Amino acid sequence: MSAALLATKACAVKPLKVSPALGGALAFLGLDRALPLLHGSQGCTAFAVVLAVRHFREAIPLQTTAMSEISTILGGADNLEQAIENIFKRAAPAVIGICSTALTETRDDDIVGDLKLMRERHPDWDDLAIVYARTPDFLGSLEQGWAAAVEATIRALVPPGSGRKRLRQVNLLAGSHLTPGDVEAIAETITAFGLTPIILPDLSGSLDGHVADAHVPTTLGGSTIDAIRRMGHSVLTLAVGDHMRGAAALLEDRCGVPFRVFDRLTGLAAFDGFVAELIAVSGAKAPEHLQRQRSRLVDAMLDGHGTLGNRTLALAGEGDMLVAMGRFVTELGARVPVAVAPCAAPSLAHVPAERIIVGDLDDLEQAIAAAGADSIELIVANSHAAEIAQFFDIPLMRAGFPIFDRLGAGHQVTVGYEGSRTLLFALANTFIARGHAPAAAAAPGATLPPFVGETDHAPASSC
Amino acid sequence: MPTPSAANLFNEPGCAVNQAKGDKQRKVGCSARTLTPGAAAGGCAFDGAKIALQPIADAAHLVHGPIACEGNSWDSRHALSSGPQLFRTGLTTDLSELDIIHGGEKKLYRAIKQIVERFRPPAVFVYVTCVPALIGDDVEAVCTAAAERFATPVIPVVAPGFVGSKSLGNKLAGRVLLERVIGTREPDVLTPCDINLIGEYNVAGELWQVKPLLDRLGIRILASITGDGRYHDVACAHRARVSMVVCSQAMVALARGIEDRYGIPFFEGSFYGIGNTSAALRQLARFLTAAGAPADLAERTEALITAEEARATRALAPYQRALKDKRVLLYTGGVKSWSVVSALHELGMTVVGTSVRKSTDDDQARIRELIGEEAMLFGQVPAKEMDRRLRAGEADILMSGGRTQFVALKARVPWLDINQEREDAYAGYGGIVNLAHRLHGALTNPVWAEVRRPAPWAAADAPAEAAP
Ligand code: SF4
Repeated sequence: MSAALLATKACAVKPLKVSPALGGALAFLGLDRALPLLHGSQGCTAFAVVLAVRHFREAIPLQTTAMSEISTILGGADNLEQAIENIFKRAAPAVIGICSTALTETRDDDIVGDLKLMRERHPDWDDLAIVYARTPDFLGSLEQGWAAAVEATIRALVPPGSGRKRLRQVNLLAGSHLTPGDVEAIAETITAFGLTPIILPDLSGSLDGHVADAHVPTTLGGSTIDAIRRMGHSVLTLAVGDHMRGAAALLEDRCGVPFRVFDRLTGLAAFDGFVAELIAVSGAKAPEHLQRQRSRLVDAMLDGHGTLGNRTLALAGEGDMLVAMGRFVTELGARVPVAVAPCAAPSLAHVPAERIIVGDLDDLEQAIAAAGADSIELIVANSHAAEIAQFFDIPLMRAGFPIFDRLGAGHQVTVGYEGSRTLLFALANTFIARGHAPAAAAAPGATLPPFVGETDHAPASSC
Repeated sequence: MPTPSAANLFNEPGCAVNQAKGDKQRKVGCSARTLTPGAAAGGCAFDGAKIALQPIADAAHLVHGPIACEGNSWDSRHALSSGPQLFRTGLTTDLSELDIIHGGEKKLYRAIKQIVERFRPPAVFVYVTCVPALIGDDVEAVCTAAAERFATPVIPVVAPGFVGSKSLGNKLAGRVLLERVIGTREPDVLTPCDINLIGEYNVAGELWQVKPLLDRLGIRILASITGDGRYHDVACAHRARVSMVVCSQAMVALARGIEDRYGIPFFEGSFYGIGNTSAALRQLARFLTAAGAPADLAERTEALITAEEARATRALAPYQRALKDKRVLLYTGGVKSWSVVSALHELGMTVVGTSVRKSTDDDQARIRELIGEEAMLFGQVPAKEMDRRLRAGEADILMSGGRTQFVALKARVPWLDINQEREDAYAGYGGIVNLAHRLHGALTNPVWAEVRRPAPWAAADAPAEAAP
């Protein structure tokens, strides 16, 4: 484990980061009958839609307050009000999730105050939930925006006060590194213990790729407002991903719901911890099929460790993805000479990489080039890394966001005993397909030469 | 930094839209369309400017702004290069909060330095986005200083998203080329058959469907603006004999500017469909001959057209029966609607409706003539309405951009990409055969019958597939 290195350069090259507003919008897409709204100029929304469409291969409902140069200078409240009114009339959503952008944050408007006044002017909005998340571009990447939206949702919709607890109800706060398929798998496990999860946000209901009977202009499926309002009555919050810690703590503060954070659910030990928690909360025995699944994962680890041991992987992605992937492969004897994250996050302390760089995909490329392409046997990153992988002739396993050159990005399951086993096989088969044994450069003790960043004074990013 | 004065930008006598307008309307310009908050779709001016300039493949394209502008959009356009790939490398100053508070000028300067030292590009285009425009970064001054210091052209592209639409961005990009690039270099050799192609971005390699035809006629693309373009070539555009504007209303202004300054005539044409392609080749030959090309060019052009048309017709024959009378709903930005409509007609298909969002009155009249009174011309169609039409069976296939594809697919109706992300090249004689092949594949795929099967629990009398 190593301290994260900040690449200090003025120009990000092949960015790994996306805008937090996009992360926030994706989280809002996990609410039922929702319409996320980016408070900014129309182009920000257009880019976010295109990217999300390419990843999920679904229509993505996302609107814009269409700020112009003039409205930006004069203040955005009018545009915001008009946008809400238009969406309310045309799409009749249950909830509008607003994400700010750098443009509107540069002007420091009092959006929360403005929204209050708007509500007074529009009594007909009474049944419409409105959530406002601060997600300016300079506050991180996808994870940070996602977390901000989840926290804002709790603040706006979960009434404070501890209330009466329901003994069989638990909250599941799902991090942005979980696919709709992952969320579904986790929920099934919880349900198998006789518990009822309230999932926030729940992409498995909205972006699972179903074919609806008619077109709807909002999301269809996901966490309902009713369910979210009841989160304070749960006996426990299970937060998956370190970036969900803040939201979990918020629920505890507001409603006295204790929480447990699982930084990942990929891998035997990690999922054992989760299952142990479920046993404790439910008082139930682990169901037969789960026991069987665990046994299968153990068997797969025995079968696969020879193939995976001593392999070298380079990772790039958001913090909690790096944690899940990095810890899983190192538990199988592989090594991670280098990992790149788009911005600093507490989770990076738990990424078992020999070198961690906060930077972009060019930093990944440079690190691989410096170490020699032979020293890395697999890259795990999003689709933007395809060209780099091709250049070095190193296979790429796509993970994270966006994945636009493969089908089924939303349906990969890498959590739980079964998901871990699937991932293990996929990793092992990639190595087997490549044929050659672990390279000499990957021998124990061999390390990459130090990463040399561009010598400049300010970091490319503040986050 | 002052944002561009839209008013004089739209003083565009060559623009057919403007010609068709009354005096008063003309003054309003084309950018006055205000967007409805909460009901707007479409890209920003920065997006449009980048689409128009980024295909200059050997240049560096640096986006000055916070992460949203480039982080969410790089590596998403399908313009292709036959050589340098630097244009595809996402470059951004990724402004932090401190940069925004203190101004991003220093960081921009350092970013340019970093790029020039690392990549040694022939030029750096610097795109100004909303935030630096708002906080007043003097990008112009930074670019001038950097250009001098690093002896490399550094060209500011002031098209921040919030000044308007994608097509405004196209126009602003054209203005940048005219003011800052074209005329700054001289070609090594000149031929009497040198042309500019304007508005062809080589999406999916469409330029490469056309270039071999021109090669065979000895016509040289001096400046491709900007598909598979090179900075030096674009800078030499003032030495061409004629410019052809390919399906791009927004770029007419650039062609007009080149004509005004350098006396190079231009015409508008299209390479979609057999008829359009032949017409474009004839026009090129005519203009070039008038400008001193070898006298036999017209004759050779006719010979090529005859041979290629015959070849294309032969290649299309196997598709004809399946495509005949199939009903197409066409939903594009509208710029190239008329040329696509005529291409589809050549395939024997019926166009039941087409969007004319960005088409001029002329174009609309042209389309009306082509598709007849029955068919619909429409502007923006809400997804719900589109969904209703498709489910009601009003069309056999939707041709549109990626954003609307799921409206068709979820209605279980065939769909074909006609915009930015299309994977096949549809231009030229070869292109129409590709188009026929794709349409045929989409329409005749047995999957449509499969996905329309009722679920076993929905209808007891559904024809279940039993084992024999
Ligand atoms: S609208 Fe402005 S901030 Fe948004 S993507 Fe376009 S240029 Fe960037």
